[in-house]
Amino acid sequence: MKIKLKIWRQPNAGTKGAMHDYDLAEVSEDMSFLEMLDLLNENLNEQGEDPVAFDSDCREGICGTCSLMINGQAHGPDVATTCQLHMRSFKDGDTITVEPWRAEAFPVLKDLIVDRSAFDRIIQSGGFISANTGSAPEANNLPVEKAKADRAFDVATCIGCGACVAACPNGSASLFVGAKITHLGELPQGQPERDMRVVDMVAQADYEGFGGCTNIGECTAACPKEIPQDVISQLNKDLRTAMKHGH
Amino acid sequence: MTCVATPTLVKGSRSTRSTIALKILMAVTGLVFIGYVLLHMYGNLKVFAGQEAFDEYAHHLRTFGEPMLPYGGLLWVIRAVLLLSVIGHAYSAFALWSRASKARTHKYVMMKAVTATLSSRMMRWGGVALLLFVVFHLLHLTTHTINVNGDPGSPYERLVSSFQPGQWWVAVIYLLAMLALAMHLRHGVFSVSQTLGYSNNARSRARANFAGVFLAVVIAGGFALVPLSILFGIVD
Amino acid sequence: MTESTTTRVSDAADYFTLGDAIADTKAPHDVSVPQMWEERKAHANLVNPANRRKIKVIMVGTGLAGASAAATLGEAGYHVESFCYQDSPRRAHSIAAQGGINAAKNYRNDGDSVYRLFYDTVKGGDFRSRESNSWRLAEVSASIIDQCVAQGVPFAREYGGLLDNRSFGGVQVSRTFYARGQTGQQLLIGAYQALERQVAAGTVTTHTRHEMLELVVVDGVAKGIIVRDMVTGEIETHLGDAVVLATGGYGNVYFLSTNAMGCNVTAAWRAHRKGAYMGNPCYTQIHPTCIPVSGENQSKLTLMSESLRNDGRIWVPKKKEDCAKDPRDIPEEDRDYYLERIYPAFGNLVPRDIASRQAKYMCDDGRGVGPEVDGVRRGVYLDFADAIDRLGLEAVKTKYGNLFDMYKQITAENPYELPMRVYPAVHYVMGGLWVDYDLESNVSGLFVAGEANFSDQGANRLGASALMQGLADGYFVLPYTIANYLAHPAERIDESHPAVVEAKQAVEERINHFLTVNGTRSVDSYHKELGHLMWEYCGMERSKEGLTHAIESIRELKADFWKNVKVLGTADTLNQSLERAGRVADFLELGELMCIDALNRRESAGGHFRAESQTPDGEAERIDEEFAYVAAWEWGGEDGHTPVLHQEALSYEAIEMKARSYK
Ligand SMILES: Cc1cc2nc3c(=O)[nH]c(=O)nc-3n(C[C@H](O)[C@H](O)[C@H](O)COP(=O)(O)OP(=O)(O)OC[C@H]3O[C@@H](n4cnc5c(N)ncnc54)[C@H](O)[C@@H]3O)c2cc1C
Ligand code: HEM
Ligand code: HEM
Ligand code: SF4
Ligand code: F3S
Ligand code: FES
Repeated sequence: MKIKLKIWRQPNAGTKGAMHDYDLAEVSEDMSFLEMLDLLNENLNEQGEDPVAFDSDCREGICGTCSLMINGQAHGPDVATTCQLHMRSFKDGDTITVEPWRAEAFPVLKDLIVDRSAFDRIIQSGGFISANTGSAPEANNLPVEKAKADRAFDVATCIGCGACVAACPNGSASLFVGAKITHLGELPQGQPERDMRVVDMVAQADYEGFGGCTNIGECTAACPKEIPQDVISQLNKDLRTAMKHGH
Repeated sequence: MTCVATPTLVKGSRSTRSTIALKILMAVTGLVFIGYVLLHMYGNLKVFAGQEAFDEYAHHLRTFGEPMLPYGGLLWVIRAVLLLSVIGHAYSAFALWSRASKARTHKYVMMKAVTATLSSRMMRWGGVALLLFVVFHLLHLTTHTINVNGDPGSPYERLVSSFQPGQWWVAVIYLLAMLALAMHLRHGVFSVSQTLGYSNNARSRARANFAGVFLAVVIAGGFALVPLSILFGIVD
Repeated sequence: MTESTTTRVSDAADYFTLGDAIADTKAPHDVSVPQMWEERKAHANLVNPANRRKIKVIMVGTGLAGASAAATLGEAGYHVESFCYQDSPRRAHSIAAQGGINAAKNYRNDGDSVYRLFYDTVKGGDFRSRESNSWRLAEVSASIIDQCVAQGVPFAREYGGLLDNRSFGGVQVSRTFYARGQTGQQLLIGAYQALERQVAAGTVTTHTRHEMLELVVVDGVAKGIIVRDMVTGEIETHLGDAVVLATGGYGNVYFLSTNAMGCNVTAAWRAHRKGAYMGNPCYTQIHPTCIPVSGENQSKLTLMSESLRNDGRIWVPKKKEDCAKDPRDIPEEDRDYYLERIYPAFGNLVPRDIASRQAKYMCDDGRGVGPEVDGVRRGVYLDFADAIDRLGLEAVKTKYGNLFDMYKQITAENPYELPMRVYPAVHYVMGGLWVDYDLESNVSGLFVAGEANFSDQGANRLGASALMQGLADGYFVLPYTIANYLAHPAERIDESHPAVVEAKQAVEERINHFLTVNGTRSVDSYHKELGHLMWEYCGMERSKEGLTHAIESIRELKADFWKNVKVLGTADTLNQSLERAGRVADFLELGELMCIDALNRRESAGGHFRAESQTPDGEAERIDEEFAYVAAWEWGGEDGHTPVLHQEALSYEAIEMKARSYK
């Protein structure tokens, strides 16, 4: 099939970018979206034009590296990462708009690549359980209720891709933060640091310049791991509890 | 920028200075509003019980608690709470609004909403509309600065005369405001539950959503009955 | 031309020089294998806590091995500089591991023990791993689970709240801990969080989007690394008291593999060129259950976790004419559940090398399924119909739901209704930089952990033991052994040292070269061609003829690459073609060495199957008299110089060396 692409091109962080149009023929349905871009890049390389820079690594939906806004939807029309999106989701003759994540806290580095290190700093601020190597007790000494373990797992599947931020009209990172808060908060191991964790992580997210959440829910619709909006409520609740405890 | 060698981590963070604290303030004040409009709507419906009942009710509002409170005392308490709430609510709304616009200065060329309700996306403008309405409404029915139909005597008469077909535009303003109110409540009620942490599973979230629709319909519908009935001559 | 200690002249005689034999000198050989680790720890040097702050460790890689090591060293108070090419440490390739992690906990009370895990590992590796290392791996495995649980890793649990286990190929006990099909992700996030905690504590500094392009060595001692900031293009020097490479595997030399796109050999290869030996480079693991190749433009292959073989049954039609039929229309009696037929004791749970090879044979025999490519159907069925009948749809969903979803997303076929189609693909490399018991390479001060080293898995790796090795190395082994080295570190150098200047210049020249060749072919086209050669001739089955052909072809391809590659853009920006050019350049050299190693090893062992060396019924035949050694290759020099083979003899004392059978 043939498609038309409108792609954001921007040489580097300091330069202004613009949308460019490309035509691509010989796209097959079985190609992944990124393989389609690989093909475009092969053509561009041939023509002596700088290939389009985009991020990807695992290409199987787990590393969270790929990050494209496709036709106005984070990761495109499917509930999956960009790398798991296949061209069979499009039709011959379609025009596809491709943009980078847009958020002040995720500055564009080049073309479709953004800097998501803000997420790392949010984790640094408290997204962990302090357990020095060697100090751990025997694992089965601490049974965890199945329901809690399952819930912790469900939300621990967040891949840190940033689609939630990209899709949120407020540019909020609440789904990402909420997922981590809920994951660690569900587990007995996570209790001692629970109050400080939420206060610090929220403060860091605010500091990085993410917006506040007004419970719009686009984040969860865009999330390739289907992290539910529940986690934001949990996040708010945990913060309220910390407030009550005077943190 | 990238590859940060020395991380900049916030020191001495406080829960009360977070965006979530602002949200909690908004939710609490929002709850005050919900409570108020519920009661207010209930009071307004006394119109259907006739002039006497309604005027009696308006009077009773002012004498409630006497002699512990002076005449109109309860009303002033309510007014104070409402005023503080409006200030708190609007302050947080605008603070979050400005944060959000700073969080994304570069807009997408193409952006699709997938699940967001119109109500949720209209909260800010809807809130502004409500604020404007309240100002108008106070000038109209409380201070009587805006006088649409001569100088009627009792509260009941003022009300009924305001929504006569002759001044259909007054009713339209009120009805539009009720639409804004419905939308604000549709999302607001759900949002309160999210913000206060009462909907951290799928079932409670569905319940909160239902409550949003339900209260929006009941409250805005209840309010709208009064001007509509007057407009169509059911109450006169 | 070589003077071989072996009885026959090597098949690869024209391609290498034989060097001195080597041995691991660090394992305390005066005690028995089970006592070695205790003994080593007891006598290792310690570093005074007050001095640790001043000691700088360069840690390249943030996968399970690198992140866990960096976090642990940070906790101990060392100053760690951590590097990865991704935009976040959390995205290292370990994140993709699906199935699980082994540990000798014996929670199932099914007779598991350190010895049995050790035994399975050595046998699984076809008696080509170093006994002392494999024992230690089994020994520390239990602590890994404790550590991960304490960090909040959400392992699967039973209703009683205790940890659940499942079984994996090649063993008869249930010792695999898992987190649905995302075990690697959950383990890595745990290590990543521990790492980020140390970043906040100020002990670790992370450098993301930085690629190591050179190792700085002075007089046989590693002093630091040269990296490129992949955003600004700046070439930076980082010097320290020890360098750790935890840079993962090089399976991408095959172009198509289950590895992440960025996985590369560059860090290891640069170290190799600076003197570090490459151990057993030809040992590659081909995983039996991957989604088959679908088209020309495919960029990577996707693994379907080995855990699926617990409940899924593998079959092909008995009759060739059934191959194009809808599998549901093929009656039971016309199906060949070949693994269950050939290996009744292990059935579908035979080790990976065996399952892969049998799948290849079935397809070569004309009984493969799926679309025909070049006249052959390359696929076998992995069928869950029985499991769904037996366990119910819901139970299958709970266990494998995310894998099924992934399959559906990629193939657009519903595995709940139709059996999956799978085919082997390159997945893991057992080969890697040679290290001693302390995980130190022959370059002093250069440590190698995780998949990047060669040490624990032998010629084949059992499922769920790469994660185990990564975390064992990072949490429990390296912190001790590197401390022993750091107690008396070599003198530091500064950036004006000639070795640094030279290394930096070499990096710059190379980059400059790529950008100025201005040839006609893209980097990817070379990579694909190399991958094709490797897969054809150094893949599931290798032969003297094929390997010789591959070596010659790779040499030509390499020469052409340096003359004719086309890399656009500049050095001082984010330039992905430039990044790939450097990686492919190193893959070309590695590919050649892999083929030479494979050519030399005229036996079949584990993942290395030489057509010339098989039993009458097609099983791998080892030649212990000649090849019971680790092949540690020394860089010979630029073109025209042959690599030097150092042999480390393998002997077994805690376990008896015997033919490996799963029948
Ligand atoms: C699809 C898949 C599924 C798997 N499933 C399992 C399983 O179920 N159980 C199991 O035990 N094993 C499994 N494995 C194998 C296992 O995941 C890997 O062997 C293991 O994770 C390797 O970990 P590592 O820490 O050694 O390296 P990696 O996780 O590969 O990390 C390498 C690190 O080095 C960095 N790096 C590399 N080169 C450079 C450079 N030049 N400069 C700077 N940084 C560099 C990278 O950025 C990265 O941080 C699986 C593998 C795959 C591909
Ligand atoms: C001053 C003008 C107002 C503005 C700018 C405003 C704006 C907002 C905004 C932005 C929100 C947050 C939306 C969200 O969380 O999704 C909100 C919430 C809410 N508003 Fe208003 N509003 C105003 C007045 C009102 C009035 C008059 C009422 C009552 C009738 C009201 C009731 C609520 C309720 C119940 C909520 C939910 C609280 C929450 O989000 O947790 N608001 N408002
Ligand atoms: C159709 C809709 C409405 C009607 C018919 C109505 C009617 C009235 C009347 C008759 C009064 C005067 C009562 C008195 O002074 O005794 C009044 C007061 C008031 N109304 Fe409404 N109202 C409506 C909607 C609303 C809404 C939606 C709000 C808020 C969001 C609101 C807020 C107020 C306030 C704050 C006062 C003043 C109370 C005081 O301080 O005295 N009204 N309303
Ligand atoms: S919550 Fe979902 S969308 Fe957000 S970072 Fe995690 S996986 Fe991505
Ligand atoms: S879309 Fe944004 S407003 Fe909240 S619920 Fe999601 S973060
Ligand atoms: S590339 Fe890893 S999730 Fe898409």
